[in-house]
Amino acid sequence: MSAIEITGLRKSFGSLEVLRGIDLRVESGEVVCVIGPSGSGKSTLLRCVNLLEEPTAGTVRVAGAEVTDPEVDIDAVRRRIGMVFQSFNLFPHLTALGNVMIAQRKVLKRGKEEAEKVARQNLARVGLDDKMDAYPAQLSGGQQQRVAIARALAMGPQVMLFDEPTSALDPELVGDVLGVMRGLAREGMTMMVVTHEMSFAREVADRVVFMDGGVVVEQGPPAQVIENPGHERTRTFLSRVLDPAAARVGEIDRDTGKDA
Amino acid sequence: MAGVDTPAPRGGLTRRRRRQLVLGGEYAVFVAAVLLVVALADWQALKTNFFNPDEMGRLFPEILTVGLRNTVIFTISGFVLGLVAGLLIALMRLSSVLPYRWFAIAYIEVFRGLPALLIFIFVGTGIPLAFPGTELPGGFYGQVALALGLVSAAYMAETIRAGIEAVPRGQLEAARSLGMSHGRAMRSIVVPQAFRVVIPPLTNELVLLFKDSSLALFIGVTLNQRELAKFGTDLASERGNTTPILVAGLCYLIITIPLGYLARRLEARQKRGQR
Repeated sequence: MSAIEITGLRKSFGSLEVLRGIDLRVESGEVVCVIGPSGSGKSTLLRCVNLLEEPTAGTVRVAGAEVTDPEVDIDAVRRRIGMVFQSFNLFPHLTALGNVMIAQRKVLKRGKEEAEKVARQNLARVGLDDKMDAYPAQLSGGQQQRVAIARALAMGPQVMLFDEPTSALDPELVGDVLGVMRGLAREGMTMMVVTHEMSFAREVADRVVFMDGGVVVEQGPPAQVIENPGHERTRTFLSRVLDPAAARVGEIDRDTGKDA
Repeated sequence: MAGVDTPAPRGGLTRRRRRQLVLGGEYAVFVAAVLLVVALADWQALKTNFFNPDEMGRLFPEILTVGLRNTVIFTISGFVLGLVAGLLIALMRLSSVLPYRWFAIAYIEVFRGLPALLIFIFVGTGIPLAFPGTELPGGFYGQVALALGLVSAAYMAETIRAGIEAVPRGQLEAARSLGMSHGRAMRSIVVPQAFRVVIPPLTNELVLLFKDSSLALFIGVTLNQRELAKFGTDLASERGNTTPILVAGLCYLIITIPLGYLARRLEARQKRGQR
């Protein structure tokens, strides 16, 4: 049984079809990086996995439970899926510790002491031992994102979803967050990562999936997809990402779509 | 001032000189208006009718122990009731259940559109007629609290709704992705943040309620149930002197001015606290 099984997934916003039939499996312990131009549907794909977006058609199964089944207890399924957002989405009225504790207390019904113990462990795991009592507004972007990772990990998820976790960060803070994610991958966490960080994908991913126009164009080991792509679209995209200065004027306008 | 090519000031005046003239003119008009009012007023009549020390002495302590006390009780009970009902109506207004939304919109439109006075009369006479034999908990105090609560709930519902809508969408998504139900996410994440936004406007609402509590007299009060305004006007007609009205007015200001100050402080602090 795969950790994530996506079959025939379609998603439309009004008349705009963002996902046009996606089939994808992520095995347990596997790290899959999803790359592609903005507007290609990769964030929507990720958000369909924990049903933040409701698919128009198709099925999604996570750890054997069908997320898309109308009868499913979606809150119970989501407990097993950790999600990290581009914009962190920490709860600004709670401290770092409070952010990591609240869902343990209210959803898993853990006692205060146990929740705090788990929260401290997870904040230490992301290197924030000294920021337990800081409010999100007092933390840098990189620190906030690491709290968000700790918050998701404290629920003991079987799968972690990362939606462009470093896109909102200043360049010098990206490394800390990627470092934490690299550690998670090494510990055997099942991860699905939407990212623009090619060096991370190359180094950490077991598989890279290239999406464009709402379909999976090609996928395979990073060495194959990134170093030696089989499709023209993949080549164009990679050349632009790896050397942004090389893009010619006029070329850029085409994919300044949504997805931010 | 250097440079040969500085253009000559328009009308032969520099900008600074013109500004001085305009300001001077404004001050002159203002001072003249104040002087005119001061000269025309009959200060002697005002003094005997509004600043009569004997009459002032007579008012204490009852104006505080009865008048101010009742005003505060009415205001706080009405505010609490209005806050609870307002939150409920705000959540109904944002609900995906259509009849709830309809009810909330109808409630807000009706109770914002009616003068508070009519609502007091309705609570005082309509409810006993509609439900004969039943008495509201708290009796007269319950009636006043209900009337004030009904009025303020409509305003507070709109304020709270705006506060909830000001909480970024990602907050709800983050809470849901951690496995919280919609209701749990609202209670633990969205509403607490919304309340921080709406505390200053709610403080202003408290000031309005404080003044509206004077409408309690339309429900029909006994001597010991009089609040400030009624207390002041009663004593004024009893004594044939309007000093009690002035004192009652000052009692309102003692409460409303600090509350207004508090609201401004909270607002300023919030502006600074934003990321």
